[in-house]
Amino acid sequence: MNPTEASGILGFITADGLAGYADAAAGIVFLIMLAITVIGGIIACNAERLVRAVAGLALCFLGVAAIYYYLNSPFLAMMQMLIYIGAVCITIAFAIMLAAPEDSKKTGPSGALSGPLGLVTAGLVTIGMIGLAVNTTFEVLPKINMGEVKLIGIKLLTTYSMVFELVSIVLLIAIIGSLIIARHGRSK
Amino acid sequence: MSLTILNAIIAVVAAIAFAAVNAAYLVWAERRGAGRIQRRPGPNVNGPFGLLQPPADGIKLMAKQLVIPGGADKALFMVAPVLAMVPAIMSFVTIPFSENIVARSMNIGVLMIFSFASLGAMAILLAGWGSRNKYGVMASVRAVSQNISYEIPMLITVITIVMMTGSMDLEQLVAAQAGGIWNWNLIPSLSSPLMPVSFLIFFICSLAETNRAPFDLGEAESELVAGFHTEYGSMGFGLFFMAEYANIVIGASLITILFLGGWDCPLGLFPGVWWFLLKIYLLIFSFIWIRWTFPRTTIYGLLNLSWKILIPISLFNLLLTAGLLKVF
Repeated sequence: MNPTEASGILGFITADGLAGYADAAAGIVFLIMLAITVIGGIIACNAERLVRAVAGLALCFLGVAAIYYYLNSPFLAMMQMLIYIGAVCITIAFAIMLAAPEDSKKTGPSGALSGPLGLVTAGLVTIGMIGLAVNTTFEVLPKINMGEVKLIGIKLLTTYSMVFELVSIVLLIAIIGSLIIARHGRSK
Repeated sequence: MSLTILNAIIAVVAAIAFAAVNAAYLVWAERRGAGRIQRRPGPNVNGPFGLLQPPADGIKLMAKQLVIPGGADKALFMVAPVLAMVPAIMSFVTIPFSENIVARSMNIGVLMIFSFASLGAMAILLAGWGSRNKYGVMASVRAVSQNISYEIPMLITVITIVMMTGSMDLEQLVAAQAGGIWNWNLIPSLSSPLMPVSFLIFFICSLAETNRAPFDLGEAESELVAGFHTEYGSMGFGLFFMAEYANIVIGASLITILFLGGWDCPLGLFPGVWWFLLKIYLLIFSFIWIRWTFPRTTIYGLLNLSWKILIPISLFNLLLTAGLLKVF
């Protein structure tokens, strides 16, 4: 298969010109990915056991990675899996296991942001997102390169250096957070 | 619907079949090899040379009842073996066996294999936790800390090679080494004098990443019964077993592609899939050989080896190669 003509997961469908079917199938696949992400998020928020919450989080990240792949950025998709599932989720799960006592592995009572306040926050975020989505004109940007490592490296250290640094902060936060959980469990 | 869909399906089915056949017959090879090393015959009753042992084992595993322990976290218990097997299969899809034999060529092939490999640690974690067995939990903590620590020197070594080639495409990595043994990444060149050391680091790391002895702390049977799959019977156990051997094949393929010139002949003659298969099976044989001749290390020795020896050396190698690439 020619990699240039293949677009995303469904490249092999669009290639044969069955445009109608392809659009429908692509839409269904996209909805499945969305569903996976949302279900993962719901599990992560509502699970009673911490390990299940982490598994839900991993599922959510997997869905997001699938969406990246679908949107034709396999590099981002793989990075999402490598960093968020391979590093962040594992670090959190690891800390939970080190944190020993069985009872402390249950998720705690919901915080101040649950209930009405949470609804208001969620509503505000939704309205903000809708506003952004409506007011943004979406353009199809040309593909910068075909995954050349050198170009990615240059872009990461110049144009996107801020994003690059933020990613490392995410990892740092995950490590510190898991250390705190582990430490808390030990002291009991 | 169309030829391209058919192609994709055939390619994926072929990848799954290759993984399954290898998993089944590598178990046989491992047991025969172990027998030879321990001066006993190994499985030799079913069929010639015991060749019918794997299908017999497979039927036995599938026919057994799947027992879920009472206190187990059912959902995670069921998900874990599948999560162990799926990434292994996914990685097969992008491995090029020769110039034309690749299920789905991707320009970030190396990255894809490593990102799916990182899911494997998650599977071990969920298996150990989900079965609610203290041996399981201990083993999964061990296995995951081991996987995390050995992923780092492995990735640093891969970065060194990617830097030299300038591509993450597995096919281009092989193409850059074409033309004979003196072009392989294993052989030191002016810009990368420490390549044999990198090879050794990568080899050790792939032994550790696949949880093989002498690094099989995750299932150390003399300490932890059977480690993270203590509670698994029937096909749950079967899937873990298949995933382990599929991962071994992937590890051997990666070493072949990154260091040993992929499907290239040592003398530059008749490159083709046969060379690739010869190389991966030689590597797999050495994996088996090491497993049955080395005693198991301790968990602290294991982690010290990674953090105090392998990571500094691989980082030094990365810096050295980066500097020399600028010079030459």
